Amino acid sequence: MSSVNTEIEENINLPEAKVESPWKDAWRRLKKNKMAMIGLVIMVAVVIVAVFAPFIAPHDPFYSPVMEDGRTELSLIGPTWNYPFGTDRLGRDLFSRVVYGTRISLMVGIITQMIALSIGIPLGALAGYYGGWVDEIISYLINVFLAFPFILFAIAIMSVFQDPGIDKVFIALGIISWPGLARIVRGQVMALKEEEYIEAAKSLGANDARIIFLHVIPNCLAPIIVTVTLGVAGAILAEAGLSFLGLGAQPPTPSWGLMLSTGRAYLRSNPYMMWFPGLAIMITILGLNLFGDGLRDVLDPKMKD
Amino acid sequence: MLTYIIRKSFMAVPILIGIATITFLLNFVFVPGDPVRIAMGNHGDPATIEMIREEMGLNDPLYIQYGRFVGNIFRGDLGISYTTRRPVFEMIMERLPATAMLAVSSMVIAILLGVTAGIISAIKPNSILDYLFMTGAMIGVSMPVYWLGLILIVIFAVNLNVLPVGGYGTFAHLVLPAIALGVRQAAHIARMTRSSMLEVIDKDYIKTARAKGLSEKVVVIKHALRNALIPVITVIGTQLGYLLGGTVLTEVTFSWPGVGRMAIDAVNRRDFPLIQGTVLFLAAIFIVVNLLVDLSYGVLDPRIRYD
Repeated sequence: MSSVNTEIEENINLPEAKVESPWKDAWRRLKKNKMAMIGLVIMVAVVIVAVFAPFIAPHDPFYSPVMEDGRTELSLIGPTWNYPFGTDRLGRDLFSRVVYGTRISLMVGIITQMIALSIGIPLGALAGYYGGWVDEIISYLINVFLAFPFILFAIAIMSVFQDPGIDKVFIALGIISWPGLARIVRGQVMALKEEEYIEAAKSLGANDARIIFLHVIPNCLAPIIVTVTLGVAGAILAEAGLSFLGLGAQPPTPSWGLMLSTGRAYLRSNPYMMWFPGLAIMITILGLNLFGDGLRDVLDPKMKD
Repeated sequence: MLTYIIRKSFMAVPILIGIATITFLLNFVFVPGDPVRIAMGNHGDPATIEMIREEMGLNDPLYIQYGRFVGNIFRGDLGISYTTRRPVFEMIMERLPATAMLAVSSMVIAILLGVTAGIISAIKPNSILDYLFMTGAMIGVSMPVYWLGLILIVIFAVNLNVLPVGGYGTFAHLVLPAIALGVRQAAHIARMTRSSMLEVIDKDYIKTARAKGLSEKVVVIKHALRNALIPVITVIGTQLGYLLGGTVLTEVTFSWPGVGRMAIDAVNRRDFPLIQGTVLFLAAIFIVVNLLVDLSYGVLDPRIRYD
């Protein structure tokens, strides 16, 4: 009798054991995507460099031997063992500055996207859930923001500040990065709100906020993650661009874009000054793009641009 | 078709008003300090300043200023520059040919390079060429335009000394900036052309065309490419936003005297009407071109009907 029981139990358990969570399944498919894996490796490497910057950088990125100790012989030297990427006019080690620049870029990417998420998700959810005039207004805002070329919008905002700086860049890029997210959430909420499990939650007495955040948002996580990954790349590029134009990070911040702007003055005598910060930007963006693209293919094959 | 064009054009108007409103809010509400003081520097007695304020309408209530601002835009009046005291619209028009030349030539490079690479990749997917092109495209998408610009300057102007470092005037001056600006767009277009072609190439009508005995060239160009073109055109349209932003960066890198560099100079001089005017103008171009892209679908794809 008992053996029969266990047999039945085993039979019942059998199909269940084969069911994978959608995330596990996505990860399994992502692992097969070579490009996405290269992207992931690059991203992990960039994060490691940012976190362990003090251990990786051989010198203090702000220390200027020329200004502080009058050691003018350390100004503008080409790459050597001691200074792998050379030094700038102030004698600061460019390798250490590029390493610390990783922190600036990642911070720009993460903070910007956090601001974008905290504006985009609520607005998108409101528009999709309530429809009507709420949707009309929010959709109009989304369309206006998307019609504004990104870097021009950022320039327009940064021009308002009398003292630009990296903190202002966070704000400027954050408040213009939300429309893409809002549009995705809006569409998903509209599609999902008629589903039976939402109706079930409603009939159980759940309020709107609970339904949106507990039942609807988790179901549009996949496109949100993809948009945020590519959004981090966009924000890093935009910060570098603004800093290159002199409208973003200010000296002595070790921003890659700012280093390129400085290097521009030494294209003839010291071209190495512009090679490494640019390479750092390119590798970081490449990693994010590869991973983001791969993630998109895996999580949602329909969502292509 | 005509009613469709008119309706679409009218839909662009509220978007433009929205963008105008944002720039108005940015510059008139959030900018600290008196614009007249900024314009005059620290000199000027209070009576003169008051007179100019009155003249410029800065003493009117904000909603009147706003109404006038938006109204003027639609009459092509973008205000008076603080630094040169000339109409902003006139200043933009002077710089526009340089920017247009740069933007158009980089777009031509981008389309030629991008569509060609995309087609070759799609005809022989997973070949060495495909792999090369797509890796190149991925790198191109990830590269800042101004960095590519600096690299081109170091190679062709500094080391090989065959092209000028920057400036404006001859064809030689145009080559490097146009390439720097075009590569990123080319990369996007190549990727889209490839995936769009791959989707089309298995379709029955392509098999039919081949079965009829048409040459491979005719099949690819006339039958496949034409049908694959719509997503490509869309990408070109959306890329124009990046292109307009990219002109700013490219113009600064190559000291190209266009609208973008004027805007950055305006930011450094805190010439707000000029900043506002150029930003609005470039945004308006973006909206108009996207409208044209929308309308071009009908020409390319007779299946799309406007009614």
